[in-house]
Amino acid sequence: MAIDQDTVMKVAHLARLHVSSEQGPALAGRLSDILNMVDELANANVDQIAPLAHPLDVSQPLRADVVEPADLRDRVLPLAAASEGSCFLVPRVIE
Amino acid sequence: MSAWETVIGLEIHVQLATRTKIFSAASTAFGAEPNSHASLVDLALPGTLPVLNREAVNMAVKFGLAVGAEINRRSVFERKNYFYPDLPKGYQTTQLAEPIVGAGSMEVVLDDGSRKTVRIHHAHLEEDAGKSLHEDFHGMTGIDLNRAGTPLIEVVTEPDMRSAEEAVAFARALHSLVTAIGVCDGDMSQGSLRFDVNVSVRRRGEEKLGTRTETKNLNSFRFMEMAIRKEVERQIDILEDGGSITQETRLFNGDTGVSRAMRSKEDANDYRYFPCPDLLPVMLSEEQIVELKNSLPELPAQRLVRFVEQLGLSDYDARILSSDLATSDYFEAVVKLGGDAKLAANWIMGELAAKLNAEEKAIAVCPVSAGHLAELIARLKDNTISSKIAKQVFEACWNGEGSPDQIIEARGLKQVSDSGALQKMVDQIIADNAAQAEAYRAADEGKRKKMFGFFVGQAMKASQGKANPQQLNELLQKALEG
Amino acid sequence: MNLHHHTLTELKALLERGEVSARELADYFLARIERLDGDLNSFVTVTADQARNEADAADALRSEGKAGLLNGLPIAHKDIFCTNGVRTSCGSRMLDNFISPYDATVVEKMRAAGAVMLGKTNMDEFAMGSSNETSFYGPVKNPWDLSRVPGGSSGGSAAAVAARLAPAATGTDTGGSIRQPAALTGITGLKPTYGTVSRWGMIAFASSLDQAGPMAQSAADCALLLQSMVGHDDKDSTSLNRPADNYLADLDKPLAGLTIGLPEEFFPASLDGRIAELTRETARELERQGARVVSVSLPSVKLSVPAYYVIAPAEASSNLSRFDGVRYGYRCQDPVDLMDLYKRSRSEGFGDEVQRRILVGTYALSHGYYDAYYLRAQKVRRLISDDFARAFEKADVILGPTSPEVAFPLGAKKDDPVTMYMADVFTIAVNLAGLPALSMPAGMIDGLPAGVQLVGNYFREGQILNVAHRYQQATDWHRQAPAFGGEQ
Repeated sequence: MAIDQDTVMKVAHLARLHVSSEQGPALAGRLSDILNMVDELANANVDQIAPLAHPLDVSQPLRADVVEPADLRDRVLPLAAASEGSCFLVPRVIE
Repeated sequence: MSAWETVIGLEIHVQLATRTKIFSAASTAFGAEPNSHASLVDLALPGTLPVLNREAVNMAVKFGLAVGAEINRRSVFERKNYFYPDLPKGYQTTQLAEPIVGAGSMEVVLDDGSRKTVRIHHAHLEEDAGKSLHEDFHGMTGIDLNRAGTPLIEVVTEPDMRSAEEAVAFARALHSLVTAIGVCDGDMSQGSLRFDVNVSVRRRGEEKLGTRTETKNLNSFRFMEMAIRKEVERQIDILEDGGSITQETRLFNGDTGVSRAMRSKEDANDYRYFPCPDLLPVMLSEEQIVELKNSLPELPAQRLVRFVEQLGLSDYDARILSSDLATSDYFEAVVKLGGDAKLAANWIMGELAAKLNAEEKAIAVCPVSAGHLAELIARLKDNTISSKIAKQVFEACWNGEGSPDQIIEARGLKQVSDSGALQKMVDQIIADNAAQAEAYRAADEGKRKKMFGFFVGQAMKASQGKANPQQLNELLQKALEG
Repeated sequence: MNLHHHTLTELKALLERGEVSARELADYFLARIERLDGDLNSFVTVTADQARNEADAADALRSEGKAGLLNGLPIAHKDIFCTNGVRTSCGSRMLDNFISPYDATVVEKMRAAGAVMLGKTNMDEFAMGSSNETSFYGPVKNPWDLSRVPGGSSGGSAAAVAARLAPAATGTDTGGSIRQPAALTGITGLKPTYGTVSRWGMIAFASSLDQAGPMAQSAADCALLLQSMVGHDDKDSTSLNRPADNYLADLDKPLAGLTIGLPEEFFPASLDGRIAELTRETARELERQGARVVSVSLPSVKLSVPAYYVIAPAEASSNLSRFDGVRYGYRCQDPVDLMDLYKRSRSEGFGDEVQRRILVGTYALSHGYYDAYYLRAQKVRRLISDDFARAFEKADVILGPTSPEVAFPLGAKKDDPVTMYMADVFTIAVNLAGLPALSMPAGMIDGLPAGVQLVGNYFREGQILNVAHRYQQATDWHRQAPAFGGEQ
């Protein structure tokens, strides 16, 4: 399926990627190439087939409800571009 | 009756009372220093992976069993993708197509004693987000991830409620259920239960549902009731002015009582759900489910029935006393220690509740023990004290002056039932109030009733409230009419 | 002493006999890296001080009689594995400043076995690529011909081992990222059964496909490394809990009675005849050793590239959402608001290929397309897995080419992602089915190494290692080394 520049812009916004209007057309072309290749899937007969998420038939292991110390502030806060008072800082969030 | 009918559905986020988070071993304790309870997983560091907390699964199943819901033997976690600074992975791990708890229902007793069944569409397990803090960061927002990953069940009802009262009654019943079965601490001030209300209105008789709005994150019953009332009014006003309702998410400010549409549009809700490849299907065996079923305590609804049928309480009293585990435990302790059930109910919902309320105390730390209240009720029952004196004794007991018996003894509050002494007092009162006695005798039946009260009052005053009221009545009557 | 042509297994014997110390080995390979990696760009970070300390500790342990399986053996880790206190970049500007506060399970286990980490190897950004040209740190060169790519995404590990800058390295394989660069650089690499090696601390590309594995000169070396990497990890829900295998025990087992399946789909008319021929010649060698060769069919394998290019980008689009400039990693300068912070941090922090795949994945998962793309691809995945199951009823091991081509010139496919993707056709199906597979060198074409792939049934890593080892006992393709750095 070919996708147009508008769709590319919408998807880029969902993915929080900045795409300039100059990049748009070329990117739409590249993505269309990939989606055209992927469209071959439509030819597969998968009517009675269950999706496979994990190759082996296994179920979720469960963990005991036991607390482990998790105060990593000394090591983690320095990794952030901006922090204060043991909080990570971002531009003001408006709900 | 209004020409409009209100339709309400609720989504309730219930924080589960596990020690650790749903996918990490960090503590869920409230009120810690920001980010001090955020593990590598909660911080969404690269390369970290989730492992599911067994207790969170058990609690979700217990809830499902308590509302008679289907428990899905297989459930699947999915990723709900969206960007928000308090959502460190950029997706919330939740359940969508295959939730752990299927359809169930809860019966709610309303204030007028009528019953209402609210259907539960499903309940699913998910993780809570962190918190965005807007104060103290000079125009920036601070991100605290201590709450990120706290296990939640989101309970989704059908749109079965028809008024704010019904919605609040359901919310209260849910609160009492989740606290009774121990899956939630019920502390609304800490956000342990948060309500999203979906409200729409339609003309009475209309079958099609109106366009709904969702008001998010209400964390008290009062705010919830206010928010619903305001929203219903707002929608009716718009419709009556010929307008139409916009489907939107709204925020309600409890302090101002004003709601508004959220400014951050949610990207047309394209959450790109897909099964989380880091987690496997959760499989439950029959044995696990039976074991959890057997571990459930008596539910508030079952307790309510027992209070009515075995203890003879009214529906109303039974509902109040069964709704909160601590209150019903207290009540049952009083009854077990010999307190008359009806009197115990009256005292707990009356005097005791008022006192607790005034001093903002929980019943668990009530200074009047169940034993003391049982003793007080016994003294009332055997006429040692009058109900008026009982209030004095209760007050003293609350203030730590000892047991009711000790207080009655120390203060000399025993009811005067000695007929000789009472007769002497009655004679004295009539002698002192000869004119009133004369008037009484001359009056007709209707007036006499009113005038009799005067003599009772005088006698009670003279006896400092200790006169046995029944005996006093008899003696007064005899003396006045004799 | 000329140590670099020794295999890991041989170095282990030297250490055990006391003919060399761990410290000497560390110094030797650090010096080679220092001298030769400028041309190759195979390392992103060299941890020389840490390596010397670890080597000294390994020597001390050995003197106390407490040597672990890999005691004193120098290795390199792909820069996708988190290493406590050491930059873990994943080949991306996004993580150029990221010092991991914890170790990946693989790193921890190999250190516990006594391995000495020389450094972190270059890779395609977030493991997205088959040529190692998408790295923020620039392309890795193929030591056989510096104008060519080493393959990817574990191209740094492959080039480092091929150039003998490290005797062994770790890699990760989502769609062929261990096997394809192994083939293009003439080394041996193994992708284990999905769930065999813990993914904790391995930066996720496509969670349901990613699997770590060893890269080294020989199958025996890979067996040794794999032994130290595997095991259940309760920090990874998809990690399998099953009894331990001994990959070293059966290495020498004769091949008599073994059935080798050649899938007709792995020999399409378009395949380079020389690659087809050297693959068939490999089969003949195994036949000479007593194996029986049969033909098998994997009809759905032709759908593996399209299925992969839905599943992998979809999962990646979600896995890479955590790189948002808030808690760690790249943040753009002076964001005007939150949206600006997100968009600029991500589009400045991620390279083109990563952004392309995020966009494809976001699109495939977005409203209205989930069923047509992701769900359908997961169903095709089952078709492919069923194909393999049927093939394994007829054959014990499946043999085919690893890659349809030898190392191609740098830049040759840069502007044509789809052509680049199609070259992964033989490796990708294996990831979709979650099977173990190994690539080993099996010939030379125009002076460049070519590899073949052995695919085993679930948990049969031991069996494919056995077949590869027997092959390597009879041939010397794996001992060929590039004339790199002006020496032999």
